[in-house]
Amino acid sequence: MKSYTKFILRRIFYMILTLFIIASITFFLMNLLPGTPFNAEDKLSPEQIAMMNERYGLNDPIIVQYFRYIGGMLVGDLGVSFQFNNTPVVDLIGNRIGPSIQLGLQALVVGTVIGVIFGVVSAMYRNTWLDSSLTFLSILGQSIPNFVFAVLLQLVFAVWLNWFPIALWSDGFASTVLPTVALCISPLANSARFMRTEMVDVLNSDYIELARAKGLSQMAVSFKHGLRNAMIPILTILGPLAVALMTGSMVVENIFAIPGIGEQFVKSITTNDYSTIMGVTMLYSLGLCLILLIVDVLYGIVDPRIRISSEGGD
Amino acid sequence: MNNENVLEVKNLEIDFETFAGPVHAIRDVSFDLKKGETFAIVGESGSGKSVTVRSLMNLLSNNAVIKNGQIMYHGENILEKTDEEMQKIRGAEIAMIFQDPMTSLNPVMTIGDQVSEPIELHQDVSKKEAQERALQLLKRVGIPQAEERFKDYPHQFSGGQRQRIVIAIALACEPEILIADEPTTALDVTIQAQILELIKELQVFNDTSIVFITHDLGVVANVADRIAVMYAGQIVEYGTVDEIFYNPQHPYTWGLITSMPTLKTRGKLLSIPGTPPDLHEPPKGDAFAARSEYAMKIDYEEEPPFFHVSDTHAAATWLLHPDCPGVEVPREIAERFKVFEDLRKEHEIEINTAHAVPDQAQRDPKRVKEGANE
Repeated sequence: MKSYTKFILRRIFYMILTLFIIASITFFLMNLLPGTPFNAEDKLSPEQIAMMNERYGLNDPIIVQYFRYIGGMLVGDLGVSFQFNNTPVVDLIGNRIGPSIQLGLQALVVGTVIGVIFGVVSAMYRNTWLDSSLTFLSILGQSIPNFVFAVLLQLVFAVWLNWFPIALWSDGFASTVLPTVALCISPLANSARFMRTEMVDVLNSDYIELARAKGLSQMAVSFKHGLRNAMIPILTILGPLAVALMTGSMVVENIFAIPGIGEQFVKSITTNDYSTIMGVTMLYSLGLCLILLIVDVLYGIVDPRIRISSEGGD
Repeated sequence: MNNENVLEVKNLEIDFETFAGPVHAIRDVSFDLKKGETFAIVGESGSGKSVTVRSLMNLLSNNAVIKNGQIMYHGENILEKTDEEMQKIRGAEIAMIFQDPMTSLNPVMTIGDQVSEPIELHQDVSKKEAQERALQLLKRVGIPQAEERFKDYPHQFSGGQRQRIVIAIALACEPEILIADEPTTALDVTIQAQILELIKELQVFNDTSIVFITHDLGVVANVADRIAVMYAGQIVEYGTVDEIFYNPQHPYTWGLITSMPTLKTRGKLLSIPGTPPDLHEPPKGDAFAARSEYAMKIDYEEEPPFFHVSDTHAAATWLLHPDCPGVEVPREIAERFKVFEDLRKEHEIEINTAHAVPDQAQRDPKRVKEGANE
């Protein structure tokens, strides 16, 4: 168990290294984009643009700008936004991260929980009409992009039925329902299909037969003995699912007019708002790295064999 | 052992639905199991022995169709019970030991939980009490330092220890019937002997009836009271251990016995030529005919009935028909017949011709000598 902690610490070190590399690559790639933050402002004269560039240090050699940026990042300063009136990027993100995190987590939890249940049920009743229809729905959910669902949901539940606000964030939980549903379709469909495959495998294994021979019901066998074993590979796709949610949320946030990060990210790219692009990229990267770390920790909790074998590692 | 039947299987017929059509896996199998005895079912892979015992627990896969037959347990037909009714019987009254201990324990559950689970499920005891009993069971099956190891996971145990744990699970509720599906096949020979000893010891303790499946005659000789030999979904011969080992009558049983290597075996190992028939369309007549050097014309035309050799011994082969001309049996079998004669004289076993059915044929001693002089 001691070396399992060691393993986690090592993973955290690699995570920081990864973030540093991402920061560097993004910084140089971003500088390859044509134009500067002030091109879009037609009202500015060339002299004024030159002055602005000088003031924000954009005339310095790239390498100087790079070290200045990394140095700032280390002390928690992500610079100021050119687009949003010199607001520090940290504040900008801080104000908008709430809705994004709320939606993302809601969608991830709802999607994977329902997806896992669908997958288990599919596997329990495999090759019946129930299994076939769930599989059909999953393929549908996987192949239709979430903005299509977003618009459909708005049409049916906001315009026709008038149950939820159409694109208004101020309504509390009611505002989050439609975007959450739109966002969770993809993780739901993915985890359902993956879970079904895993569960069919697990249900054919010897220990499931032994559990049946003990006198457990089909339900108890599937959920008590099957689920935990089938969950191990499911953890692997949690990372990619979370990424899909992050990127997917940009479009969905736009459709539902949610004041989240995704919307701001899109805006910052079109306006060459360097520090905001960097800030949001780093935020996404950090989120992804954290999720992968959590998945690694979860592996050890779910599967006792991993806890033990990692002890042999060091 | 007494003569009370705890289980009676009557005319069991099971098909499996496949894309290529139904497979007739079990074709008219009948046997009974007496209180406290060990009844072994012997046969090669695919002979239907595993399917037969899974039907005893009503644990067949979804594509299995029971065409005919009954499995009577306490006056009720197991095959007609609902899944809820079976859940009360499985693990409590009929339990099972599986073939491969490396895969038959749940890898993410502690062995303590796995052993106490059936006790909690079937007996009206607290969780603590169930765990206490599970601990006693683990000690009884010989897990060293059971207290410390109670919360360990299966991968922390060796194969032999895992099989002991599987046995502890099976015996947790002191079942009336224990099904052992090749419980020693996946183990080292030295461990095999220990596990067999353990099963025998626990059987005496609880007066359990055991259905023991194996393809290993050496194992059978060690544990069984009675033996049924299965081939292509049918029982072809049954009898007591001595009768099957020293007075076998079916050519398939001869094949099984002669392909068992002994200390005298030098050079080539013997095997039964050919492969078992395709059970999509079982052959007409005797299913073993195509692989048997003793096959006669009638073996390809009509299925042989059981000819009784004694009250306890019968074989389904035309060789036992009174009109059948004598055949030369393999030398090793002939030697076994002699041992059987000696056994009979010594113990005055009543292999009584008077009680047997009229058309039974007693083996001609002359033929035995011919075989032996070969």
